[in-house]
Amino acid sequence: MSFFNSLENHGQKTALITDTGVEIAYQKLLEEADRIAGFIGKRSLVFCVCSNNLESVAGYLGFLRARIVPVLINPDVDRELYSELEHTYQPSFVWAPKQFSEKECVYSYGAYELTKTGYQKEHDLYPELALLLTTSGSTGSPKLVRQSYKNIESNTYSIIEYLHITREDRAITTLPMSYTYGLSILHTHLAAGATVILTDASLMSKSFWTLLKEQKVTTFGGVPYTYEMLKKLRFARMDLPSLSYVTQAGGKLSKELSLEFAMVCKEKGIKLIIMYGQSEATARMSYLPWEYAISKAGSMGIAIPYGKFRLIDETENTITAPHIIGELVYEGANVTLGYADAVEDLAKGDERYGVLLTGDMAEMDEDGFFYIVGRKKRFLKIYGNRVNLDEVEGLLKSKGYDCAVGGADDHMKIFVTDETKCEEVRHFVSEKTGLNPAAFSSAYIPAIPRNEAGKVLYTHLEEV
Amino acid sequence: MSNVEKYNSAFTEAFGIEESKLAGLTYQSIPEWDSVGHMSLIAALEDAFDIMMETDDIIDLSSYEKGKEILAKYDIEF
Repeated sequence: MSFFNSLENHGQKTALITDTGVEIAYQKLLEEADRIAGFIGKRSLVFCVCSNNLESVAGYLGFLRARIVPVLINPDVDRELYSELEHTYQPSFVWAPKQFSEKECVYSYGAYELTKTGYQKEHDLYPELALLLTTSGSTGSPKLVRQSYKNIESNTYSIIEYLHITREDRAITTLPMSYTYGLSILHTHLAAGATVILTDASLMSKSFWTLLKEQKVTTFGGVPYTYEMLKKLRFARMDLPSLSYVTQAGGKLSKELSLEFAMVCKEKGIKLIIMYGQSEATARMSYLPWEYAISKAGSMGIAIPYGKFRLIDETENTITAPHIIGELVYEGANVTLGYADAVEDLAKGDERYGVLLTGDMAEMDEDGFFYIVGRKKRFLKIYGNRVNLDEVEGLLKSKGYDCAVGGADDHMKIFVTDETKCEEVRHFVSEKTGLNPAAFSSAYIPAIPRNEAGKVLYTHLEEV
Repeated sequence: MSNVEKYNSAFTEAFGIEESKLAGLTYQSIPEWDSVGHMSLIAALEDAFDIMMETDDIIDLSSYEKGKEILAKYDIEF
């Protein structure tokens, strides 16, 4: 049985605390959750526009419990891209903040409402399909990750086991709910009967730290950029007595920063757990046990309980010797079913059979700890968000810009052949992705370097 | 450069906006001033005035005007 079907066991225990201090017990949360889902009544496809608030969590849990399949959507999504996504998948209902949709409202709860889209589509949904997540929410690609009930179940309990999450834990949200890492923090803490403090406040705001202290938060997670912010905020000098463990995922934290935080955390008596994952593996695939945070700084650790890693070379042979780079392959029950690019794909079954080619290049040391060294696919992580470079190029080209896109994590570089458009493309991409313009730079290039077959030579771009 | 000029250019550089838009500007009132922009702003202010700001001051700096009050603590006069 999935965790969301047995949350009743936690009864009167506080499940959620909102940023205005309202406490909601598990039982009350489930009543609200089931009421929302009751207005839909049958297994179907729903868009769930979610933030870190009570309404989002209630709707989401209700959908899962009623076997309604939600597509989780970030509320900051570009509206044009959202419309395309809705048109592609034709959900029967949308659960979103009031005013998000102008369609007929059938039920409202708090600041949210359930609206009927008017699409008459009878979706053919694979029976094990539980949840759909966007692969790169920011570029509005219709590509979704198909997660099964078994995937969620398996990953949730594995994470609870290695992080030792208990009902005494109090997690505060630092990441969007529609983001796989943020969602897994919610899942694991609810499944463990713990309390989740819901806020969309940023680490750079006073309200976040006030809430963290007042609510005696024991844990939070962060992407590499979160740790850069913590460093800027002089985390080392902060007095946070309730904090017992912090996690990091969503991209590789530099070895220097990993080591720095490992030492700071050790001194403060806080456990730092570096992890690695992808939405294609539900959420998590590896963790670095906190005892090794210093001695193995820079490593993504070992496979999570019940999971397995191996490295393969170009001919797909398994590499057994240490310090040889190969593609990282993960095996486990949390490997998702596959992708969906169109509504028909929602009927598809398991296409991966528990094996995921991660697209990340890694090596292993003598003790069996893994280190990410590069990436096979063309995407960047920007503030923890996966941004597909080919999709960004596609967006730019659809607006008539002749360009090529490259760069490094947190620093995308856009090359344009029209010198006068440099600023324009930067702002266009920032606006479309909803990410701060500081992550994007642009440069003029007389012509996009291509090989004889017309393929863009991205390695040449990096030298410009 | 005067302190006001230094102060203003930290904002205009961090957010890439015109000086005329600074008065009354508050955190998260423009897309550029999100948590990422805030990091750039703090870095720019620390560089411009050669200071290291305290955590409480960093998270308290929620508007263009408030920033001037905060910097007064670091003996910067406007």
